[in-house]
Amino acid sequence: MFKNRKPWLIVTISFISLFVITALALRSDLIILDPKGPIGAIQKDLIMYSIYFMLAILIIVYILFAYIVSKYRDRNNFNAKDYQPDMHGSTKLEIVWTIIPLVIVIALSIPNAKALYALKEPPQSTMNKEPIIIHATAADWKWIFSYPEENIETVNYVNVPENHPILFKVTAADSMASFWVPQIGGQIYGMPGMVNDLYLQADEPGEYNGRNSNFTGAGMTHQQFRFVALEEVEYNNWVKETQDHAPKLDEGTYEKLMLPETVDEKTFSSTHLAFVDHGTDSAYAMKIREKYGVEIKGIKVRRGE
Amino acid sequence: MLHANNKSLNTPLEYRSENGRLNIFGFWIFLGAEVSLFATLFAAYFALKSGTVGGPLPNEVFDLTNTIIMTLLLLTSSFTSGLAINEMRRNSVKSMIFWLVITLLFGLAFLYMEISEFVLLVHEGASLGTNAHWSSFYLLTGTHGVHVSIGIGWIVLIIDQVRKRGLTPETAKKVFVSSLYWHFLDFVWIFVFTGVYLLGMVG
Amino acid sequence: MFDFIKENLILDEPLIVGANVSILLTLIGLIFALTYYKKWKWLWTEWITTVDHKKIGIMYIIAALLMLFRGGVDALLMRAQLTVPNNEFLSSQHYNEIFTTHGTIMILFMAMPFLLGLMNVVVPLQLGARDVAYPYLNNLSFWSFFFGAILFNISFVFGGSPDAGWTNYAPLAIEGSPGPGINYYLLGLQISGIGTLLTGINFIVTIIKMRAPGMTLLRMPMFSWTTLITSFIIVFAFPILTVSLALMTFDRLFGTHFFTLTGGGNVMLWSNFFWLWGHPEVYIVILPAFGIFSEVIATFARKTLFGFKSMILSLVVISFLSFLVWVHHFFTMGGSAAVNNVFSITTMAIAIPTGIKIFNWLGTLYKGRIQFTTAMMWALAFIPTFIIGGVTGVMLGMAAADFQYHNNYFLVAHFHYTLIAGVVFACFAGFIYWYPKMFGHKMNERLGKLALWFFTIGFNVCFLPQFLLGFAGMPRRVYTYVPEDGWTALNVVSTIGAIGMGIGFLILVYNVNYSWRHAKRETTGDAWNGRTLEWATTTAVPPHYNFAVIPEVSEIDAFWHIKQQKKEMKEESISYEPIHMPSNASTPFLMSVLFFVAGFGLVFALWWMAVLGGIGILACMVVRSTSSYRDKGYYVSVDEIRELEQSNQGEA
Repeated sequence: MFKNRKPWLIVTISFISLFVITALALRSDLIILDPKGPIGAIQKDLIMYSIYFMLAILIIVYILFAYIVSKYRDRNNFNAKDYQPDMHGSTKLEIVWTIIPLVIVIALSIPNAKALYALKEPPQSTMNKEPIIIHATAADWKWIFSYPEENIETVNYVNVPENHPILFKVTAADSMASFWVPQIGGQIYGMPGMVNDLYLQADEPGEYNGRNSNFTGAGMTHQQFRFVALEEVEYNNWVKETQDHAPKLDEGTYEKLMLPETVDEKTFSSTHLAFVDHGTDSAYAMKIREKYGVEIKGIKVRRGE
Repeated sequence: MLHANNKSLNTPLEYRSENGRLNIFGFWIFLGAEVSLFATLFAAYFALKSGTVGGPLPNEVFDLTNTIIMTLLLLTSSFTSGLAINEMRRNSVKSMIFWLVITLLFGLAFLYMEISEFVLLVHEGASLGTNAHWSSFYLLTGTHGVHVSIGIGWIVLIIDQVRKRGLTPETAKKVFVSSLYWHFLDFVWIFVFTGVYLLGMVG
Repeated sequence: MFDFIKENLILDEPLIVGANVSILLTLIGLIFALTYYKKWKWLWTEWITTVDHKKIGIMYIIAALLMLFRGGVDALLMRAQLTVPNNEFLSSQHYNEIFTTHGTIMILFMAMPFLLGLMNVVVPLQLGARDVAYPYLNNLSFWSFFFGAILFNISFVFGGSPDAGWTNYAPLAIEGSPGPGINYYLLGLQISGIGTLLTGINFIVTIIKMRAPGMTLLRMPMFSWTTLITSFIIVFAFPILTVSLALMTFDRLFGTHFFTLTGGGNVMLWSNFFWLWGHPEVYIVILPAFGIFSEVIATFARKTLFGFKSMILSLVVISFLSFLVWVHHFFTMGGSAAVNNVFSITTMAIAIPTGIKIFNWLGTLYKGRIQFTTAMMWALAFIPTFIIGGVTGVMLGMAAADFQYHNNYFLVAHFHYTLIAGVVFACFAGFIYWYPKMFGHKMNERLGKLALWFFTIGFNVCFLPQFLLGFAGMPRRVYTYVPEDGWTALNVVSTIGAIGMGIGFLILVYNVNYSWRHAKRETTGDAWNGRTLEWATTTAVPPHYNFAVIPEVSEIDAFWHIKQQKKEMKEESISYEPIHMPSNASTPFLMSVLFFVAGFGLVFALWWMAVLGGIGILACMVVRSTSSYRDKGYYVSVDEIRELEQSNQGEA
């Protein structure tokens, strides 16, 4: 009884689902495709460029597939002339569909290579400005930002001037984390004992979500920070204010930051760079945890919560 | 397995049964996996070579003469193992067992020297948990050492089987396969010797 | 001892206690049923100690389906948690354990054994062989896989599950994860890995040495080809995993410094090693899946496979490239532009041989006479769905763009599109296709198609939104989010799709039961008008010796041609010869139990137990070496063969 209706039912359901998903997509903020800085823009352009190729491939394959499957489906009035059971290949065709993907891969590789090199440099648009250096250190489960020039340290938020290149020196005190502000630009790992460079720049003032995207355990979900782009003047005011009024960061306070927990935003008028360099000393956080009696290794104790 | 005896008498004994042919071929594949295993251990060693914090450097504690003797022992044992196979082909059980026993003695001597070397190293402050360098050193050489120990135990079992059953396609296959294994361990040791000890002395 | 159990038995999580109780009840029920029906001996002689590749294959598949259920429940729990923002259904820790076990189980204890099971059932038959090269080892392979899986699975009721992701990255898995969970991961994978490696060796030797007379490599069916290539990948990739797991086990148990933060360890080394194995592992599961699709598509398009040689060539190229792309799993680790560029190119290059395969399948369908059986529909669902996984893979392969995709839901959607649309669809297609070969009847087509539509539509509804969630910046492995993130609507849709997949799976399982009761029994060995030798057996379920007379092969699609010729020739009288078969083996089972004991000892640092287990394992090896002479096997007499062949036909 379903014989004729069923395929249509299925097609209809599929299309309705697809429609709903598309509608929802249009309502969601696809922030990666709406970048607010030159780094994100490079990546967005590359993504869109590849999407066009991929859509073309999908459409071609889908049309071929639909045509073949419907034409050669076994049915009552199947045209026996269409059936060639011994056709086993065609060198010409096989060469064609080797070369086409090869060409596509080349077409994708070239802009990808260009972008890779471009991302290692400060953004073109602000070549004349000297990048501000900020150290970003991940520690379970927080982000610590140090401004060596300004001698400021913040936790879980980072203030930057708009339209000014920032060079983030990303590292980690313990777990491997990934420093990511999706709307500003792609991510880089922060790893204990190593420093990775990442240029970012915000084109307009605003507050953007930043986070660790790499799994680091129980608090990973909350290992987020605010990436705040301020107007140049505002930024300078903030720097001055912080230098004058924020407390100094002493070693005891910093040691507490090494314990695996989430913390609120904090501001200091000195940096931890004075007493530890996580870029070379990967054991620091472990020593602190030992000192505070936090179990780091062991086999008998069950999850602590 | 129906075709168990379809090969002429010129075929070496170990290849005469279907079972023998399959097992020897399979063992070659297994050695392929072993190559991959040791390659990974070597990769770990070279990646962690510079992790020498808090421990002695290799060139401070290595005794190259010792290692050269070990290398010679193992190389010779590989040679005597080859002689044993040669005797097996000539179907002379007694001298085959003789050479196998010699091989084992060389293997045991190697093992003895390796263990005493480890003891010495631990005394000089280079133990398994000292640092990344020594961890990877012990895992690499230790894995090789464990392989040698297993090989010795295995060959002892095989000698016993040959004594009881004589040379049959089945026992011959076992002797042959174990000698392949033994040569392989020798081959790996050459890399350990050059990669770990010689380069360790230099760097 | 009592304290030890009390400390580790998890009684404070209602979900887990529920699982505890249901597992206990199922076990009691099983034991009761086996005793009541006096089936213990049957279980021992017919299954546990069997060396018959078909039975071992069936055991693999049953284990895989159980694991699919477990992994699927994990998946539904995760979807339930993520449906609405700020959900408190699961705690962070619990969620972390669930996604870890979901990933590990689905790849290592579901996809691999499912495919290994199908290989076991089918490959010797396709080759016209009586068994695999090493039947004894084959039994050991299965049981060490099984006990490895058991060891991994008991973690969630006893001691706590691993919680560092299936990638188990250091240093989180070493310094950041106290408790036995990670040890379970390390030992469970180690033990089942032994089985996998042995299977790899076994199939290489079987395929190279035991093909029927006349079956040159170029006349060998595609599924056997993919099995061969896969086995080579296994042999070279699995030792890398073995070593990596061993090194981390030493880090956790014996204070070494391989992947630690202290003592000069290198945390990146684990990532490199893991993916040096992990990427080939992806192809270990996808290549046999390609093989299954090739068989199914050729059979039901009623055509020989298009571009056979280019199919093989692309297999070889893919397997080679699979070892050269591991860095693309961490483009964001700070490699130089040049390094990332090289690995981008090798990654995208994999699309070329894969594209060739897709077009060859289309070529096979072209000018065919396509029959829409359930198995075929799974294969047809694969092409348009998998290709989405393929093209997004190319997008991910572009390193500069990957800085944005990395670790977010775009990636999650991508690999589910390849692993579910590729591997799971193939497992289902193969399961349904070879079902009559295993059980003597087909699965119900109507229910099968219902399951298919629920599963495939559910799948797309579940994972298509996740691409968009990726663009909306949702990272993977977060256990919750806030309404302001704007991810709610898409997550709701995704969960609805997951439920659809769950229903599809349940219908499939119900279909097993339904078909067992109602399906018409097959009367010949050729349920689908097949093309390859597994359909050439005289009976639906082949007897333990497979072929009374080994078939001669003169062309590709051997059985198809035998059938064509038979039409012309008269049936000749068959003369049987005694068949030599291997005897059952109980040592492998015992040895695997000992592996489990030793593994469990190491998980909890109960050294005496580990040492005893280790000694037991060595003892088993000694026993095998000294008693191998007794394992002469036995001969199936001509009378018995005649009787079996005729009785089965008579039954038909």
